[in-house]
Amino acid sequence: MKQTPLHDEHVALNGRMVDFAGWRMPIQYPTGIPQEHLAVRQDAGVFDVSHMVQLRVLGPDATAFLSWATLNDPAKLRPGQGQYSMLQNDRGGLIDDLYVYRDVDESFLVVANAANVDAVLGHLQALVAAPTPGPFRVVVRDESDAWALLAVQGPSAAAKLDRLVDADLTSIRKNRLVDTTLSGMPVRLARTGYTGEDGFEIFCRPVDAAAVWRLLLEAEVTPCGLGARDTLRLEAGFPLFGHELDASSNPLCTPFAWVVKDKPAFGLEALRAGGCPRRLVGIVLEGRGIAREGYRVLDEAGAEIGRVTSGTVSPLTRTSIALAWVDAAHADEGARVAVEIRGQPVAATVTPPPFYRP
Amino acid sequence: MKIPQELRFAASHEWATEPADGIVTVGITDFAQDQLGDVVFVELPEVGRTLAAGEAAAVVESVKTASDINAPLAGEVVEVNGALLDAPEAINTDAYGEGWLFRLRVTDGDAWGGLLDADAYAAVAEEG
Repeated sequence: MKQTPLHDEHVALNGRMVDFAGWRMPIQYPTGIPQEHLAVRQDAGVFDVSHMVQLRVLGPDATAFLSWATLNDPAKLRPGQGQYSMLQNDRGGLIDDLYVYRDVDESFLVVANAANVDAVLGHLQALVAAPTPGPFRVVVRDESDAWALLAVQGPSAAAKLDRLVDADLTSIRKNRLVDTTLSGMPVRLARTGYTGEDGFEIFCRPVDAAAVWRLLLEAEVTPCGLGARDTLRLEAGFPLFGHELDASSNPLCTPFAWVVKDKPAFGLEALRAGGCPRRLVGIVLEGRGIAREGYRVLDEAGAEIGRVTSGTVSPLTRTSIALAWVDAAHADEGARVAVEIRGQPVAATVTPPPFYRP
Repeated sequence: MKIPQELRFAASHEWATEPADGIVTVGITDFAQDQLGDVVFVELPEVGRTLAAGEAAAVVESVKTASDINAPLAGEVVEVNGALLDAPEAINTDAYGEGWLFRLRVTDGDAWGGLLDADAYAAVAEEG
């Protein structure tokens, strides 16, 4: 089991450590998941996401290669800009979802999910070498060991971080990446996140990670674990690979169809040919209960029309919310459905995410 | 981890008070609430329902998992803690007090003595 550079910090804070994608990670601290969730919605929280994968895609054909290999369009990125993207297979589904940053002209930083490192790296390297439309003059390498990654999120995140860094954070727009120093330590700040709130992801040297973490805690940023990260992203309506998205998920049938740009790309024809017999939707329960992953979604006559992929009770609104893949005939906003909880149908309504907007 | 001496316990982590006029109060232990994490939802049995010892009677759901709560003794449900429907976190903050789940009129008043005492339950909890 791998440990992030912040492992001892989590243990010192009595974080409850669990195994996640091959890593020992804190699911929560004694504060508890609902309080960590509220800290991010109302103030600021910090997450250790050093388990995430950082890949370098470098070479004269880097833009052309990523344009072919991913669904968003990296050609639109200027140096220092990033975009949410997806890595598609050629069977009408996905290998992972990604963040792609253009560092300098033909050098990109690609952030992927820890659980998928081997699949993503293997797929990209195979595509680089493929005779058509490659081979591309590109090197893809894993530089995850060079980075620790901390996400500072919440309405007060920018103000609290601003006192620690040399950059003027007001000048950093969403999805921008800048190099600066934090209390003298070199860091890269990206104005992105996975909570629906404003905030930054801080790439730093592993050797500096504990110092950055402690400075943030001294600035009264609440340490948050993977549990709150999950409830926050669900409330914000973001997908989690392995739950909402997998090898058979057509992104064109999700609220994230905007990612797919109109340009030649590996596997794109399979996505377009697949159609949308089912769609990924948000669901709000009217009755009581939690719609957990794998629970059946029913139509009003009680027939199965889909399955829940993630569900929780919003710590903010106490509403029971979920994401689910359902038959297209029941996927329109306002459609009346039910979720089967312990054998009983609980009434629910199809509601486009996000379930919460800051 | 708190384990009050005056209570008796089931190995499935419920506690029961000593019968008073044939009525026991039931909840989950401090160990159980700590393992579950933050409780966000509780499903309680209907008043009047008759339960066998060990029968699933309630559901306590935390952010991460749902857990069946069993009746530690056979009996009829005479009262439930409706306050938990709006404030399920009482199970975390006061597992042996405001976090109580339901009250049973027990079928066999002597069965309570056959449950685990605090020391025996401590050994169970230690094994997880």
